[in-house]
Amino acid sequence: MQKVIPTTEYANEVRNEPIEHRFNPYSDNGGTILGIAGEDFAVLAGDTRQTTGYSINSRYEPKVFNVGDNLLLSANGFAGDANQLVKVFENKLKWYHFNHNKNLKTSSAARLIQHMLYGKRFFPYYVHTILAGLDDEGKGCIYSFDPVGSYEREQCRAGGAAASLIMPFLDNQVNFKNQMDPNSNGKKPKEIRYLKLEEVIQLVRDAFSSATERHIEVGDGLEILIVTKDGVRTEYYPLKRD
Amino acid sequence: MNHDPFHWGRPSTKTYGEYNYLISNASNVDRSVKSNSEFPKMHTQQPMITGTSVIAIKYKDGIIMAADHMGSYGSLMKLEDLKRIIQVGDDAVVGISGDISDFQYLERLLDDLQIEDAYDMDQEHLKANHLSEYLTRVMYNRRTKMNPLWNAIIVAGFDDKDEPYLKHIDLLGVSYTSPTLATGFGNHLAIPLLRKKVETEDDVKKLSKEDAIQTIKDCMKVLFYRDARSWNKYSLCVIEKSTKSISLEHEVQVENMKWDFAQHITGYGVPQL
Amino acid sequence: MFRNNYDNDATTFSPTGRIFQIEYAVEAIKQGSAAVGLVSKNHVVLAALKRNAEELGSYQKKIIRVDNHMGVALAGLAPDARILSNYLRQQAMSSQMVFNRPLNIQKAVNSIADKAQTNTQSAGGRPYGVGLLIAGFDESGPHLFEFLPSGSALEYVATAIGARSQAAKTFFERKFEEFPDASKEQLIEYALTALRDTLAQDKELTSANTTVAVVGKDDAFTVYDDEEVEQWLSLLDTLSNNRSTGADNDDEDDDEDDEQNDQPTEASESTSAAMEVDA
Repeated sequence: MQKVIPTTEYANEVRNEPIEHRFNPYSDNGGTILGIAGEDFAVLAGDTRQTTGYSINSRYEPKVFNVGDNLLLSANGFAGDANQLVKVFENKLKWYHFNHNKNLKTSSAARLIQHMLYGKRFFPYYVHTILAGLDDEGKGCIYSFDPVGSYEREQCRAGGAAASLIMPFLDNQVNFKNQMDPNSNGKKPKEIRYLKLEEVIQLVRDAFSSATERHIEVGDGLEILIVTKDGVRTEYYPLKRD
Repeated sequence: MNHDPFHWGRPSTKTYGEYNYLISNASNVDRSVKSNSEFPKMHTQQPMITGTSVIAIKYKDGIIMAADHMGSYGSLMKLEDLKRIIQVGDDAVVGISGDISDFQYLERLLDDLQIEDAYDMDQEHLKANHLSEYLTRVMYNRRTKMNPLWNAIIVAGFDDKDEPYLKHIDLLGVSYTSPTLATGFGNHLAIPLLRKKVETEDDVKKLSKEDAIQTIKDCMKVLFYRDARSWNKYSLCVIEKSTKSISLEHEVQVENMKWDFAQHITGYGVPQL
Repeated sequence: MFRNNYDNDATTFSPTGRIFQIEYAVEAIKQGSAAVGLVSKNHVVLAALKRNAEELGSYQKKIIRVDNHMGVALAGLAPDARILSNYLRQQAMSSQMVFNRPLNIQKAVNSIADKAQTNTQSAGGRPYGVGLLIAGFDESGPHLFEFLPSGSALEYVATAIGARSQAAKTFFERKFEEFPDASKEQLIEYALTALRDTLAQDKELTSANTTVAVVGKDDAFTVYDDEEVEQWLSLLDTLSNNRSTGADNDDEDDDEDDEQNDQPTEASESTSAAMEVDA
């Protein structure tokens, strides 16, 4: 009988079985994304840097997509999964058109994405997903998803590497958290209002240039996609490349 | 008492005989009778024979790409005339680093693809961008099956608008493009040198073919100096838009090396002064 | 009822070298309303006549979009066309998924032609009972193919399938030299004129029964129905088949409103021919 050497946690033991190195099917490709909804528009922005570890793969690899039907979609995290998710979504959208001959509503697109993500619950798409569009009343809307499909509609959301840097800034500047009405002597919270497009663009640019300063995986370029009832338009601003 | 923590709490061998480790290591599988055929199917967990870096740079009229001729088996130089840049159709070349058996599998896959694509077609239309999408799908699908092809691939050529096209694809199915690309050690050694030449897409328009070739040759020299798994013979590919040509030259030698510093090196088995 | 010893399955030749089931399948196409298609240097146009089973019923779907760059018009069994067009859609999708390129039109047509051929060589099945006009634009330009249940798929500059399609073909044969340089609008006008020629005497083209589709270099495959087709119908001076042009084609004398009657006649003719040889 073959002698079996038991395995315990002691490092000085001799093992005669091969040590299993499990293949890791995921990587983190850095970058960060940010969506903000306005009264009659929504923006979805992302930096254009793609990284693995300390290496910059590319300084311009866009990750926010206009997928049609006035929908903006971005998945941030593991780029392989992100691209697959967007591709599969675009295909499902095409078949939706074949079968129903009408545009997909933003709320329906959000539910579809939930099913796509949860469908891979036990081998998840390793991404933070944000969907931007207009709702039934023409108001801007943002849906954000966790990797396995939990989602909610929000006024704004940051995702990816620098999400934790940007999100508190957004809480304060978009939802006026911890801001008081200047006339109330610090008693009444500042009233929430819709931000204008110019204000939102400026916020997004500030958020990204600050995140670029503090996070090594963010930088190179900022691509902002803006959706209104008239369609989608793209703006590009350079970011620091260091 | 045996003070080895490994034996704590176990009956003494002197009194009770050799301890049956199956007791503490029990499982419902009898390992002693496990035959080879019952051994679980294994996927590639690590590359065996490998090829090192592939590097590429865009210049104003196309792309230059290079990869050396060596296949290493660990630290052994197993193959010395391995051509790792292959032409696929009229419009694309593919440079592959990493596991050589997987490279050869990809080579066959691309061969079949060309036959399939040319079948009932009046003209060639497998362009570099189609090829890179295909390879990205292949790599991503294999990683999703937890059975990756252990390679990093650079696709270069002309896209469907006959513009120069460059793409990097890795074993996870992540793909990206940039004016300068490299796999493996090239990422650390060659990319900084290449990016010195083309920092942005605008710089691409200023880089001449001669300058680009020289830069790639210099990088291959640096890689030969510093990457222990590299070799001084390599394939050099020149893609030119104005003539719409792809030329692939093999057996290019690393030139103008300086080894006179070597006599000053001490240690590494050379007697200390 | 007529009898024929060689039409029980699609795998048996008659002594005269014919496979009757395939020929019957081709007859099924003639039962369907007409579809026409024609090509210029930059565009392909399809036009088809939609039927409604009864006055209060909806009109059948005659043109199916496959992808941004291609679509099909059908004549014959609509369910068979759905199977084939869904197959084409899947082919187009996988080309887009795997290679990030639009499906080549010739490749698409060959893929369904192969499916149709398989049906003509296996026992227990039947050939597809539908003819398709496949219109598409790919890297080699505009293309129009005709697909038949026999598995034949030929490219045309202009053709027509379905009931009384010979009238449209006759029109095309007279005008085809003008097609290559025609504008998109002119091409649609030619298509509708040809389609009008296939009408029964008391019928006319309406926005309800006419469907038009265009695909071109910069035009994604677009189907025009109902209100949207009115802009194209307005290109014609008259919408009814006045037969003034029909002087030179006297092959249209069987233009009964209910053309279903002519099929058995034709079929029995070919049958009797076969029986003669058999005897």
